[in-house]
Amino acid sequence: MRIGVFVCHCGTNIAGTVDCAAVAAAAQQFPEVVLAVDTPYACSEPGQRAIIEAIEQKGLNGVVVASCTPRMHEATFRRTVERAGLNRYMFEMANIREHVSWVGRDKKLNTFKATDLVRIAVEKLRYNRPLTAKSFAVNKRVLVIGAGVAGIQAALDCADGGLETIVVERTSTVGGKMAKLDKTFPTVDCSVCVLGPKMVDLAQHRKIKLYAMSEIADLSGYVGNFEVSIRRKATYVDWNKCTGCGLCADKCPSRKAPDHFNELVGRTTAISIPFPQAIPKKASIDASSCLHFLKDRCGVCAKVCPVEAIDFEQQDEVVKESVGAVVVATGFDLLDIRRFGQYGGGRFPDVVTSLQYERMLSASGPTGGHLKCPSDGREPKSVVFISCVGSRDRSMDRAICSGFCCMYTAKQAILTKSHVPDCETHVFYMDIRAPGKGYDEFIRRAQEEYRTNYVRGRVSSVYPKNGRLAVRGADTLLGTQTEVMADLVVLAVGAGAAEGSRDLAEKLRISYDAYGFFMESHPKLKPVETNTAGVFLAGACQGPKDIPASVAMGSAAAGKVMALFSKERLESDPQVAQVNAVRCVGCLKCLRTCPFGAIQEVQARDGSTKAQVIESVCQGCGVCTVTCTDRAIELQHFTDNQLLAEVNYLCRSWMEKSPA
Amino acid sequence: MSAALAYYPGCSQTASAREYDLSTRACCQTLGVELNDVPDWTCCGSTPAHATDHALAAALAARNLAQAMDTGASNLATPCPSCLLALRTAQSRCENEGFKGRVEVLLGRPATLSIRTRSILQVLMEDLGLEALAEKAVRPLKGLRVASYYGCLMTRPVGLMAFEDPDNPTAMDRLFLALGAEAAPFALKTECCGAALGVPRKEAVLELSGRILAAAEESGANVLAVACPLCQMNLDLRREQIEGYTGQRSTLPVLYFTQLLGLALGLPEEALGLGLHNVGTRPVLDILRRTWASEDVG
Amino acid sequence: MPVMELSASQDRAFFEAVCAKSGQDLLRCYQCGNCTAGCPMQPYYDLAAHQVMRLVQTGQRKAALTCSSLWLCAGCGQCSARCPNQLDVALILETLRHMARRAGYNPQPRVAQFSRAFLKSVHSHGRVFELGLLLRYKLASGRLLDDADLAPRLLKVGKLHLTPTSTPGQAEVAAIFRRYEQGAGS
Ligand SMILES: Cc1cc2nc3c(=O)[nH]c(=O)nc-3n(C[C@H](O)[C@H](O)[C@H](O)COP(=O)(O)OP(=O)(O)OC[C@H]3O[C@@H](n4cnc5c(N)ncnc54)[C@H](O)[C@@H]3O)c2cc1C
Ligand code: SF4
Ligand code: SF4
Ligand code: SF4
Repeated sequence: MRIGVFVCHCGTNIAGTVDCAAVAAAAQQFPEVVLAVDTPYACSEPGQRAIIEAIEQKGLNGVVVASCTPRMHEATFRRTVERAGLNRYMFEMANIREHVSWVGRDKKLNTFKATDLVRIAVEKLRYNRPLTAKSFAVNKRVLVIGAGVAGIQAALDCADGGLETIVVERTSTVGGKMAKLDKTFPTVDCSVCVLGPKMVDLAQHRKIKLYAMSEIADLSGYVGNFEVSIRRKATYVDWNKCTGCGLCADKCPSRKAPDHFNELVGRTTAISIPFPQAIPKKASIDASSCLHFLKDRCGVCAKVCPVEAIDFEQQDEVVKESVGAVVVATGFDLLDIRRFGQYGGGRFPDVVTSLQYERMLSASGPTGGHLKCPSDGREPKSVVFISCVGSRDRSMDRAICSGFCCMYTAKQAILTKSHVPDCETHVFYMDIRAPGKGYDEFIRRAQEEYRTNYVRGRVSSVYPKNGRLAVRGADTLLGTQTEVMADLVVLAVGAGAAEGSRDLAEKLRISYDAYGFFMESHPKLKPVETNTAGVFLAGACQGPKDIPASVAMGSAAAGKVMALFSKERLESDPQVAQVNAVRCVGCLKCLRTCPFGAIQEVQARDGSTKAQVIESVCQGCGVCTVTCTDRAIELQHFTDNQLLAEVNYLCRSWMEKSPA
Repeated sequence: MSAALAYYPGCSQTASAREYDLSTRACCQTLGVELNDVPDWTCCGSTPAHATDHALAAALAARNLAQAMDTGASNLATPCPSCLLALRTAQSRCENEGFKGRVEVLLGRPATLSIRTRSILQVLMEDLGLEALAEKAVRPLKGLRVASYYGCLMTRPVGLMAFEDPDNPTAMDRLFLALGAEAAPFALKTECCGAALGVPRKEAVLELSGRILAAAEESGANVLAVACPLCQMNLDLRREQIEGYTGQRSTLPVLYFTQLLGLALGLPEEALGLGLHNVGTRPVLDILRRTWASEDVG
Repeated sequence: MPVMELSASQDRAFFEAVCAKSGQDLLRCYQCGNCTAGCPMQPYYDLAAHQVMRLVQTGQRKAALTCSSLWLCAGCGQCSARCPNQLDVALILETLRHMARRAGYNPQPRVAQFSRAFLKSVHSHGRVFELGLLLRYKLASGRLLDDADLAPRLLKVGKLHLTPTSTPGQAEVAAIFRRYEQGAGS
């Protein structure tokens, strides 16, 4: 083999604490190395050109670059050697920046370690073999999970781009939280008026197939070729027949069913359509309130339905779809208000969540947009808003800022005044987070124009006093305790991951953080990707974000899907596991260990059981290789021989010489 | 429940809170809970010791725990939340070996403190349970509307006391419901009454206790139940001082929960120390007598 | 308030000492004021609880140790229960009180006198002798008429003993105090 070694200075990043020339000089003596030089910036255009020229002039067939982390530039240098005609896997990188120059100060020791790392790379490279990627066809259909504003945007963009789009929404209507909001900051425009048309577009788009009241039962396969099972929950109404006329709900005698769309403010009928603009506008039965299911009587809806859509015998149904990419847009849920006992959450009817308050303000809400105290229906003359309830609170294991509550609290204070002009409004806050366009101005308006009293301090407790609620807090700017009487207390309850997010993440094999929010692949450079190829994120499921950011992320995810689908075929990474069938005894430990389901059981010609790697699914994590006691499974590009070559050199060298 | 309990009365229970001690002993006897006084017990050190030095405080408390353990007891109960806090604080701090060493130097003997410590309320709720208690009740507390005041130390610090929801404890409320009374929706269940600052900073205590009293009145209660001798003293003995300070008159009787329990168990009022109050307890008895007369019990 | 010179006036050693003695990381405090919000004694404080936390954070030793609030805290634990950063505020205040006592600061003599009278009573009798305690406190504080109205009421119902009950444990308690005063166990 003819190996070339390039030792990069990275300006002073490496050269500051590593004698790069000495490393190159030492490398010149390594086996099969025909050229070793140091270079100021290996990744720069002249740096890459020098590598190409060296390959051509010296007839190199293997290259080592000692520079930064492979996460930074491995792809760069692989392309470089490819341009000179080498296979991209005939390249190795030694990380002498993050692993050496940035972590050690002693130049002598650093140089010693850098030299060793280069040697290890050379030893491995001597066992490298050219690898070639396989290609496979892409199924250009996309699945969007969750139809809040982020999911709707992603679906519309994909469909407008010509892709067949499957949308799966858990509740009986699309729209998510935005459909529940009264007005939106910072423009104070009607939420459902701007969202409604998009919901209709979604329903009517030729390329979109919507499954409402449905959830993901299972997802298998890999980028380009996923198989998904969708569980359609029984609604006891045949949606093919239902016209959404609403006669059933008018006549339903069970009028105390929990109204989830209205966040449990008020009650609804056992058969209902959540709100006038619902998409799809179909009725469904809440079996836990329906007299037919509870007491085996009634059946009024079945009698009045003009199209005979009621079907008490309906069962859950599982349907299958095939797609090539997935956009997850399952949003968030607010924490349970009962966790806030100090504020009487769940105990005092006039202590409500911010989302309940949106419904109380909304013209389509249970009070028709008239602000009323839930306890006795009186009009509130003093509303107190408490921020950061369950946010930035380590005592609840919730260190995060929920991001949008500062803004919506200001909005709600403003809306309160427009509903009841003589109502006092007080906001308890710790900091105000309003970095968006026009946002801080909005907060100022709430204070200056709408006379909202902002008090800087947390609230300790809310308790009943003289038929109203006393809110005891602090004004830290004055250094005093404060108490204010309220008719209504609105808690800006922290945002957590949507219910069931962890389960969904397991099904999709994506990661989630301590709060259950899905993890992006890179916090800066890959905010929409996940660690599973072909699965993308949009909206608040990745972390709390407001509508503009959710919409932008929905479009971004759609863009990612279209970029992925712009190729007819995809290449699979050849750095995957491979089973040596001769050694494999068919114990299938690897199959049970693989976190990606990339190993399948096959019958060999002699009828014996063998493991086989599905190359397009394997992520190259290597877990299987250490599980296999018979050393029958190996990771390409990280074979036992390659790893042993590295280790052998290191051990031998440490026994022979060690630094003074 | 048969195993005997080491009983640590605490100083107040020998004097200003005699009726707490009386009623606790009487109830336990009726309920078959055997109380064995910690031999030769001494003061737990209370807040003043803690405010002075942690090792001194722990040594004063530890002496009593050691005395109890010497009798072979594995369970200790005290009616007073403040004593319980002192005992538990000593136990928890002595988990640190260095600290324990200091305590042992002061104590002059090994600090073996592993005995389980609880309040009388907790013991009754946990070892007997509501059902058993209700079963032993021979006279219902019907007609009483009880505001249960837990005070600050029964549930706090949460980690150390590990008893009930610190924002909304309900143990006493549930007990009185089970005994046939009504639970008044009392808002300031765990607010501080001003505690021992009554002597050096009286106005603070009058303000805070006054607030608690007002909230109890607002809840429509006809009796205020407590479980802490300091709370009782501030709310009962200082009643005229409170009235003078707030200008609000109040005749709301303040009873220990054990006194109310004792009434339900059929114990005579003298055995429960109902005559030892500053604010008369007669209205409570009048209501109950009427109930019992109409139901032909008692 | 004079200008606070940020580098010179910050006593880092004091800050570290409070953290170490209380076992609390005061850098966690973000000044939300929840400790102050629920404190029953706040109206009587010269500095709110969160302000005391801030003084420690900024290493203002003298201001922190001379403040009255340390002595007025009722130890109810509301502040600690509410702190979103899980700081045991009551314990921090108590730690400061210990430090203040050692430094000889005593802005609230009555509280200290009461404490001393209480401990003296325990020292002498093994248990608290309420009448003795009150008399001792009154003599020390000169507030002879405080609570004079309570005594007859207590006496009437036999709650105020005129003589202390003696307990054999007294000797052991006295020994604890003796060792403490001799500086043992510190
Ligand atoms: C009180 C309040 C007021 C607000 N006011 C404003 C405002 O004025 N302006 C603004 O910009 N932002 C506001 N926001 C923020 C706004 O709600 C979010 O930015 C927005 O809802 C995020 O959209 P999303 O699609 O990511 O999530 P969501 O709206 O939460 O939608 C997620 C959807 O996914 C569905 N779903 C969840 N799990 C599954 C599953 N497993 N399978 C299938 N479907 C699933 C849900 O049913 C839902 O339909 C407010 C938030 C609150 C709480
Ligand atoms: S957005 Fe504002 S209110 Fe919400 S958690 Fe963050 S700081 Fe608190
Ligand atoms: S422990 Fe002290 S500082 Fe904390 S709330 Fe109670 S009285 Fe206030
Ligand atoms: S509650 Fe905690 S974080 Fe808030 S000001 Fe007090 S000590 Fe600081």
